[in-house]
Amino acid sequence: MPIHIIDRRLNPGGKSLENRQRFLRRAKSLVQGAVKKTSQERDIKDVLEGGEVTIPLDGMHEPRFRRDGGTRDMVLPGNKKFIEGDYLQRSGQGSAKDSGPGEGDSEDAFRFVLSRDEFVDLFLDDLELPDLAKRKIAHTESEGIQRAGYTMTGSPANISVSRTVRLALARRIALKRPRKDEIEELEAAIAACTDEDERVVLLDQLEKLKAKTKRIPFIDPLDIRYRRFETVPKPVAQAVMFCLMDVSGSMSEHMKDLAKRFYMLLYVFLKRRYKHVDIVFIRHTDRAEEVDEQTFFYGPASGGTLVSSALQAMHEIVRERFNPSDWNIYAAQASDGDNSYSDGELTGMLLTDKILPVCQFFAYLEVGESGGSAFDLSDSSLWTLYERLRNSGAPLSMRKVSERSEIFPVFHDLFQRRETSQEKTAP
Amino acid sequence: MTERLFEGADWDFHTLQRITDACEEVATKDLGLDVYPNQIEVITAEQMLDAYSSVGMPLFYKHWSFGKQFAFHEASYRKGLMGLAYEIVINSSPCISYLMEENTATMQTLVIAHAAFGHNHFFKNNYLFRQWTDADGILDYLDFAKKYVMSCEDRYGRIEVERTLDAAHALMSHGIDRYPGKKKLDLRAEEKRAGRRRQHEEEVFNDLWRTVPAGKSKTRSAISIERRRKLLGLPQENLLYFLEKSAPRLAPWQRELLRIVRHIAQYFYPQSQTKVMNEGTATYVHYRIMTKLHQQGRITDGNFLEFLQSHTNVVFQPEFDDPRFSGFNPYALGFAMMQDIERIVTRPEDEDREWFPDIAGKNDVMGVLRDVWANYRDESFIAQFLSPKLMRHLRMFHLHDDPEERAGIRVDAIHDERGFRRVRRELARQHDVGYIDANIEVVDVDLSGDRRLILHHHVIKGSQLNETDAKRVLQHLADLWTYDVALIEVDANDKVLREYVVSPRPISAVA
Repeated sequence: MPIHIIDRRLNPGGKSLENRQRFLRRAKSLVQGAVKKTSQERDIKDVLEGGEVTIPLDGMHEPRFRRDGGTRDMVLPGNKKFIEGDYLQRSGQGSAKDSGPGEGDSEDAFRFVLSRDEFVDLFLDDLELPDLAKRKIAHTESEGIQRAGYTMTGSPANISVSRTVRLALARRIALKRPRKDEIEELEAAIAACTDEDERVVLLDQLEKLKAKTKRIPFIDPLDIRYRRFETVPKPVAQAVMFCLMDVSGSMSEHMKDLAKRFYMLLYVFLKRRYKHVDIVFIRHTDRAEEVDEQTFFYGPASGGTLVSSALQAMHEIVRERFNPSDWNIYAAQASDGDNSYSDGELTGMLLTDKILPVCQFFAYLEVGESGGSAFDLSDSSLWTLYERLRNSGAPLSMRKVSERSEIFPVFHDLFQRRETSQEKTAP
Repeated sequence: MTERLFEGADWDFHTLQRITDACEEVATKDLGLDVYPNQIEVITAEQMLDAYSSVGMPLFYKHWSFGKQFAFHEASYRKGLMGLAYEIVINSSPCISYLMEENTATMQTLVIAHAAFGHNHFFKNNYLFRQWTDADGILDYLDFAKKYVMSCEDRYGRIEVERTLDAAHALMSHGIDRYPGKKKLDLRAEEKRAGRRRQHEEEVFNDLWRTVPAGKSKTRSAISIERRRKLLGLPQENLLYFLEKSAPRLAPWQRELLRIVRHIAQYFYPQSQTKVMNEGTATYVHYRIMTKLHQQGRITDGNFLEFLQSHTNVVFQPEFDDPRFSGFNPYALGFAMMQDIERIVTRPEDEDREWFPDIAGKNDVMGVLRDVWANYRDESFIAQFLSPKLMRHLRMFHLHDDPEERAGIRVDAIHDERGFRRVRRELARQHDVGYIDANIEVVDVDLSGDRRLILHHHVIKGSQLNETDAKRVLQHLADLWTYDVALIEVDANDKVLREYVVSPRPISAVA
């Protein structure tokens, strides 16, 4: 009996992917809720790692006719001391009783693992970058090349062999070009033929066929096709993200941590939309400087607070390195809200005249101490200033955050999909 | 001394070939097994997980519930809660066995003996499989089903198809013909039939028929209730069959989907009835083959010990008060019974002669076993062949739990002279699928009135349907029937215990 041994290991995997996607699609709202809940409890670094989520099984339950209750009979192994007629006390759900399989009411939560991509997808699913279209295609210098059908003329390097051969075949069939085996058959017939008259007829036929073959070329210049390309403007696929942070003495570790979380989320989000994302860290006290990430978050610094210095620095960096027509520019500023009083006017001017016009999005995050009691007192000077600007029409997004768990909701809130006009007026 | 099949744990495809040849030699010469041609496929853990989620079949139509299965298995596998099976074997011809790549050479030998010869013989010879499944056609049929479901999704939308399949799946356990009588299933013909029917519909489609005025309908009072029930084939316990044939407003493609689900349920029906026997057979066969190979010196003592360790794990039966206990292990019970039969046939005691006069001392072990494997299912197998000695060995006892009984759970019978037969009868009943599944049948349709579909659940021993699930399943049923559905639970004396009535959801609400 022949036995086939087949190595299937190299077959493409992921056969269940389609079913899995169907399942996720069906459970989308449930999974999404679970993802948000999970992400709140998670450390920021792990937020994108995918991982286990738990959803209520209610919507995913597959019902069957099942019976329960009633009189039960069971045969069990391992009797030690019972004799016929003994009575066993029911101890709530005794071990002997509880032999039913897991399918059923008890199955109220369903745990499974989401991959990193699935997790981020669901997490960011209903979020949208504001003003995404603004500079998408406008003023692009770069052009991409894209296939655009076939042409009759072109350079030999672009000949499309398959298309050419196909057309040639069609033409040969249409014009009834004799096939090679037809001629061979005829030649064989001639060779085998003994009757002289018939031979003449056959030779004549062969002559005709050969002539026809000559007349109708195997490949005609008419058949040749070239691949056509056309140039298309390429959308700007790069973005730069400016992180501005006040590092003066009044910013505690907790506040910096909050800011860092926000920046990371923004980074992840941008990363999904743009091929290439640059990050510029600008920290400021009463002076601003561009620093690396480590210094940004952990480097010691002290001094007063001049927000305008940071804005000025950002403006200069944009002018030098990030041409607004080539880059999508995003900025997020984190601060505890302190700013020296005299700086207000300059800050406002820089923001409205220089920064906001080139930015896709500018978010201000006011971070507070855990507990957030400070917010109840009065608005900080920076908040007051920004609020005034916004009320006069500047496209600013601003939020206050004082707890870790608020970061995700705030982020969500900022980027929620909404009517375009609302963005400016939303609180 | 014969040449060793392999050394150590490593194997390659030549080793597999040698192993299979060696197993085949023992299986056919010593055990006299009769198997489908074998096809052995080596797969990865990920592919094994894929196979898990489509009920072990190599191909299946797409449905979210399989994705759910996959997510579940994957999560427990990753966390290490669950090991993967060493193999999966498919009742098809050729008989396909999937082997995990990470098995050692010993394990591959065990698995080939177990699946490619044990299960394979059982599939080919057991009467239930012969009667109900079509091993030659199943893979083609699944391929057809997959494509058909896909084409329906293209034509009628994914949501519509999903809705029908959801409903069909809910009724799957009641989409089975339990009694033979109809002709044997021929899945190839089935597939062609579906194609022909579709083609015919397309050819003869003429929109004009819709506009032909209908004559006055005949009065229905002339048809007596009895006649009506007969016309509809009532009572009918195969709910999917009934819906496919008689549901008034289903589209042809929906009927075809119900039919597909029904055929697949039917294909798996013998497996659920023969768990103990099937695993018992395979385990017995692998034990015999491995022992023989060891005797021949074709596997080393070390490899044999490795085999014994896996084997004892597989046939481990925890006792009822053990935290690991979760019912009878079909491998353990099946294997113990097969070995017990071997003992009765070769070395019977007086007790065995009295209990099993037909086989005691017959000395032809394989002859008896092959006959048993061919002609019994779990319920009848246990009822016939569970010996007092084995009952004593496993120390079986029967508990009777009547909720009305204040004193507690009564020990009804134990492994003694008075109890043997009662314990055995009860254990056999536990393995009777007809007894485990709720007995639900369509009894009537009110055709002259509101077309309400009436079902009865014959309650046994006071065990009624789980309410939440019953309502959900009935909802699916009503959606397919498109009129009200009533389910009445009646006890043995026809006393009504409970009545459910469910109305179909409007289509838009469901979608």
